[in-house]
Amino acid sequence: MEKLSEWTTRIALVLILVVVTLPILLGYAWLLISTFSLRTFGLMPVNARGELGGFTLRNWSFLKDPLIWQVTINTLVFALGITVGVVFLSALAGYALSRMSFPGRRFTLTLTLLLHAFPSITLLLAIYFVLRWISAVPIIGGLLGYNTLGGVTLVSTAMQLPLGIWLMKGFFDNVPWDMERAALIDGCSRLRAWWAIILPQIRPGIFALAIFSFIQGWGYYSFLIPYSFMIDQTRSTISTYLNNMISTTSPVNYGQVAAVGLFQLIPVLLFFLLAQKSLLRIFSGGTKGAA
Amino acid sequence: MSGNLRTRKAHVGRRDRWEAMGFLLPSFLLVMLFFVLPVVITGFLSATDMSSSTGFRHWHWVGLANYAKILNSPRAMSRLWLTLQYVALTLVFFNVGMGLLLAILTTYVSPRMGTLFRAVWLLPRVTPTVVYVMMWIFLAADAPYGVINQLFLEPLGIAPRYWVAAHPLLAIVLVNGYIGASFGMIIFTSAIQSIPVDLFRAAMVDGASRWKQIRHVVLPLLRWPLLFVIVYQTLSLLTSFEQILILTDGAYNTEVWALWAYHRALNNYWGYFQWGFGAALAALLVLIGVLLSVISLRFFRLKALIQRPLIESL
Repeated sequence: MEKLSEWTTRIALVLILVVVTLPILLGYAWLLISTFSLRTFGLMPVNARGELGGFTLRNWSFLKDPLIWQVTINTLVFALGITVGVVFLSALAGYALSRMSFPGRRFTLTLTLLLHAFPSITLLLAIYFVLRWISAVPIIGGLLGYNTLGGVTLVSTAMQLPLGIWLMKGFFDNVPWDMERAALIDGCSRLRAWWAIILPQIRPGIFALAIFSFIQGWGYYSFLIPYSFMIDQTRSTISTYLNNMISTTSPVNYGQVAAVGLFQLIPVLLFFLLAQKSLLRIFSGGTKGAA
Repeated sequence: MSGNLRTRKAHVGRRDRWEAMGFLLPSFLLVMLFFVLPVVITGFLSATDMSSSTGFRHWHWVGLANYAKILNSPRAMSRLWLTLQYVALTLVFFNVGMGLLLAILTTYVSPRMGTLFRAVWLLPRVTPTVVYVMMWIFLAADAPYGVINQLFLEPLGIAPRYWVAAHPLLAIVLVNGYIGASFGMIIFTSAIQSIPVDLFRAAMVDGASRWKQIRHVVLPLLRWPLLFVIVYQTLSLLTSFEQILILTDGAYNTEVWALWAYHRALNNYWGYFQWGFGAALAALLVLIGVLLSVISLRFFRLKALIQRPLIESL
C-alpha cells in the first residue's frame, strides 16, 4: 500500500514535469517534422491537398546554395575565433590572477566579477563607435573594424572574457602548486611553467570552457552582434541568414526555414550531448546573456 | 640558507609584477576597448545631440537635454511600465518560480528521469536564439499551421489566431521564461543536492510530509541562491532584448526599454539614428546595470575568492 502511493506520487510528479515541458517538446518536434515535410498543419505533415503525407527532402535543397556554405564557414570561423580567443586569453589572465601577486590584484579580481555580471549588451551603441574608430586604423581596420568578421569576433570574445577568466582562475586554484614551485625554484620561467606544467593539469577545464565558448559563439553570439555590425550578406552568420528568412514579408517556406534551423542546431546538439556533464558545471558557474 | 631564500623570494616577487602584466595585457586591452571605453562613450554621447543627420562633425553638447526629453516623453512611461511588467512576470513565474519547481521535481523523481528533464530544459539555452524563437512563432502561428491551435484549441472549439499578436506580453514572457528557467533550475538543484541527507532523514523520522520537508528544510536553505538568482536575472531581463527583437521587433506594443534604445540608436526602418538620445536611454540601463552588479557581488563569496595566492609563501 505504502509502495503504491509512492508510485502514484512519482507518476504524478513526472506528469507535472511533462506538462510544463510541453512547449519545448512540441517546439523541437515541430522543427524535426516540418524539416521533412512539404507543409505542416500543426504537427501533421500534409501534402499539397492538405492530406496526411507529403514527405520530402526538398527543404534541404538550400544545401546546394553556395551562400549557405559561405555563411556556414563564416559562422565556423566566428565561433572558433571566439573559442580560441576566450580560452587562450582567459588561461593567461586566470593564471596570473590565481598564482601571481601584483599591485592591483584585488581590484582586477573585483572588476572581473563585476564585468561578469554586467550586461554588456547595453554598450552596443558605444561599441559601434569603437569599431568605427578601429576601422580608421590602417591595415588593422580592414581586419578588425566595423563590418568585418574579425571585428565582431573580437567584440564577442571580449564579452565572454570575464566569465572565462573567472572560470579559469577557479581551475588553476584547484591545482596543487608543488610541481610548479619546484620548477620555478629551478629557474623555469613563469610562461614555461604555465604552458608545460599547469595547462596539462587543467585539460578537462579547458575542454569544458572551449565547448561552452563554441556553443555560445555558434548560437547566442552569432546573432545580435553580427546583425548589428555587419552589412554584407556574404559576411553574415547562419543566425542572421535565418533571421532574414523569417522576417521577410513575402510568403515563407516554413519547411525550408525549419531545415536551416535544424542544420544550425546539429553541431550544438552533438557537443551538448558529448559534454553535458562538464557544461552543467560551467552553467552553474554563471551564464551571461539571454535571461 | 635562509638569507638566500629570502633574496630569492624578493626576486621572484619583483619578477612577478612584470610577468603578471604580460599575462594580463591581452585581456586588459579587450576589456578596456569593449567595456570601459564604451561606458565612457555612452556617458559622453548621452550629453550630445549626435545623430545620423548631424554626422560625426556637426554635433553639439546638449547637457542633460536628452534625459529631460526622456522624462517628458509620453512613450517613456508606457515603455517603462511594459518593461517592469515583463521583467517582474518572467522573473516570478519562470526564472524563480519555474526554476524552483523544476529543481524540486527533478530531485524527487528518479535520478535518470531528473537528468533527462534537466537536459531538455537546457536545450533552449544552447539552441541558437533565432532557431528557438522561430519554434515559438510556429507553435503560436494561426491556423492551419500553428501547433497550439491545432492540438489544444480546435478540439475545444476556440477560434484560432496568431497567439503572439493576440497576447504579446504573455508571448515575450513565455519565450524568455523558457530560456531563463534553466538558470535557476541549475543553481537551485545544486543547492538542494548539497543539503545533508541527515536533515531529510531527521524530518522523515519526525513524520514530516514531503511538502513539509520542502517548506521547512529545503526552502530556508535556498535563501541565498534565491537572492542571487533574483538579482542576477533581473539584470539580464532588464537589458536583454534579443528574443523580442526576433519575435516581434517591437510590434504589438512589445518594445521594452532596451529594445527602444537599440531601435533609436542602431536599427530602425527610417535610417535616422539618434545616437545621443539612444545613448541616454542606454545610459540609464548601464546605471542600473552597475548598481545591480555591485549588489550581486555580495553573493559571490568575495573574501574567499580573492584570497592571496598560495605561491606567495614561496
